[in-house]
Amino acid sequence: MLEKALTGNRTYWTWMFFLLAIIGAGAACWFWQFRTGLTVTGLSRDVVWGLYIAQFTFLVGVAASAVMVVLPYYLHNYKAFGKMTILGEFLAIAAVIMCMLFIFVDMGRPDRIFNVFLHPTPHSMMFWDTVALGGYLVLNILISRVSLSCERRGEPPPKWIKPIIILSIPWAVSIHTVTAFLYAGLAARPFWMTAILAPRFLASAFAAGPALLILLALIVRRLTTFDPGKEAIQKLAEIVTYAMLLNVFFVAMELFTALYSDIPEHVLHFQFLFMGLEGNNTLAPWMWLSVVLAVVALVILVNPSTRRSETTLVVGCIAVFGSLWIDKGLGMVIAGFIPSPLGKVTQYSPTAPELTISLAIYAIGILIVTGLYKIALEVRGQMKTEP
Amino acid sequence: MDGNRRDFLKLAGLTALGATGASSINATTAAASTVESQAEASTGGVRLGMVIDLRKFSKNDALIERCIEACHAAHNVPDFGDDAKNEVKWIWSEDFETAFHSQEFHYIREDLKGKPTLLLCNHCNNPPCTRVCPTQATWKREADGIVMMDWHRCIGCRYCVVACPYGSRSFNWKDPRPAIDEITPDYPTRMRGVVEKCTFCEERISRGLEPACVEACSNDEIVFGNLNDPDSKVRQLLAERMAIRRKSGLGTQPEVYYIIDDPRTLQETAPAAVVEVAEGGDHA
Ligand code: SF4
Ligand code: SF4
Ligand code: SF4
Repeated sequence: MLEKALTGNRTYWTWMFFLLAIIGAGAACWFWQFRTGLTVTGLSRDVVWGLYIAQFTFLVGVAASAVMVVLPYYLHNYKAFGKMTILGEFLAIAAVIMCMLFIFVDMGRPDRIFNVFLHPTPHSMMFWDTVALGGYLVLNILISRVSLSCERRGEPPPKWIKPIIILSIPWAVSIHTVTAFLYAGLAARPFWMTAILAPRFLASAFAAGPALLILLALIVRRLTTFDPGKEAIQKLAEIVTYAMLLNVFFVAMELFTALYSDIPEHVLHFQFLFMGLEGNNTLAPWMWLSVVLAVVALVILVNPSTRRSETTLVVGCIAVFGSLWIDKGLGMVIAGFIPSPLGKVTQYSPTAPELTISLAIYAIGILIVTGLYKIALEVRGQMKTEP
Repeated sequence: MDGNRRDFLKLAGLTALGATGASSINATTAAASTVESQAEASTGGVRLGMVIDLRKFSKNDALIERCIEACHAAHNVPDFGDDAKNEVKWIWSEDFETAFHSQEFHYIREDLKGKPTLLLCNHCNNPPCTRVCPTQATWKREADGIVMMDWHRCIGCRYCVVACPYGSRSFNWKDPRPAIDEITPDYPTRMRGVVEKCTFCEERISRGLEPACVEACSNDEIVFGNLNDPDSKVRQLLAERMAIRRKSGLGTQPEVYYIIDDPRTLQETAPAAVVEVAEGGDHA
């Protein structure tokens, strides 16, 4: 089946080569980083995790969000999602692979990566995160492969795959919960020491992921004869709306606890995020942009008429995705380090190689999504032009 | 001083034996001293710790630099100068208020204000850094409580750096070797991409030597020993003086203590010469 990704028209190949060019630039930067060390990034003794780990965290959410189409379809027999599930699963595969790559490029000794498996350590949350992510990748590859080849042969999927699909639902929740536990159990970092972190991660994932899925489905519909169906898009839009409302509610709860209690080590991180500390306000403009985008998104999504109009819905989905990317892909991780446990404020901004490597990993993800979606559509005979 | 040294060597012997099993510890201690063996039996094993006597440091004490220098030279710790981004350090100095950042010192005693305070890994009894490590490249040695590092296993994920509430760990952002002034041949150098920190001079105490930073002191400014032994010098100091630990509320149980008594209390216990040193520094 994979060979179907290797044929295509001129547009397809132009797009693929464009992505490959970015990947090439990223690979060159990574090689340089590998030879010189992580000193080529903007990270430092006080801010030891940055853009890479933040992208990892954000993308775990995107991966987990596939469950938002799988669950209604398989557990509630919600037929409208029939055509969407495969898109969700393929997006999950690409997202998990991006997560793994972001962890890989963040490692000081990538040559020793197998030590994680040679010395399995159950008391480390990072060990469990590896298990959860690896398992989730396998599950999604298996499920999408089996269902797609059955679809090609015009057969119903085999019975044994159903329990595996059901298993993938709690598994999706677990990957993001364990990722939150990476942060939430550290006495050293009060900013992350909050029980709401895992629920908040899930809420933001179930908003950002389906928002991305809506955008992808609409793009695919424009390029091919695939039609996800109006009902499916609208249902997903409702899911995005509820999840986004929950996410904003959770953030408000966090803010209340931190600001009302007025404990400096909690307040200071929020102060850094939204106002800046000791003249360092690198993130403040971003965070306010995130707030504005969240408001725009909610106005569009909560209002039924703007949610139902596809043009405004697209704007709403972009706003949701952008707002949550800033919140989780920038603010959440970096603010945990500022101020440091000794109260020091250290400036962090990603360097050009760091940005190029990150961009390249996103390009790899987009390349995988493009290839996999093409396979799915070929199987269904929905490509507009034959190769 | 000689007496202390003998005590210490005894302790070092214990530490080395500790690795071979608890029963042998008890057997040897019984031979060495009955009191000590009782202590061993009741509290279980050796727990190495350090007491830093802030009374004996003054504001611009050259001793601070000597301790740092002794440690960093002995352990091939690179010096990147002003390049804070790549900084690696095992022991360093902060002013008192920063060292005890989580406490608030409003109307603090004059001699403590801005007092340079040596910071190093606390070899926590309940270390969060080892808990998070996905490869067990850092772990607490049960025999004596030292929090160890295996630079050949570390994958450089920096999770331990994130989990340490004291900023005790450094990551090698780039190859450290060119930044080492003079390489000490009998101690390994590290490579880029791994985490390092103070090891309580594990390599020295196994040879019966005191830690390098302790050796750099002349007057028990830093005392090292077995916290499980009520007769040890560290325990005696802790029993008599007012000592605090950094962020003790987090439950990490740091094993580095800081005596914060008024320097004038030195008169009660120490010979006159010591008082002169203290007065010459802080209270001149
Ligand atoms: S001070 Fe930090 S590095 Fe040292 S044992 Fe405690 S938590 Fe670990
Ligand atoms: S950086 Fe090394 S020692 Fe620290 S947690 Fe990762 S593997 Fe363990
Ligand atoms: S105990 Fe040894 S390793 Fe630790 S700071 Fe002192 S000299 Fe350095």
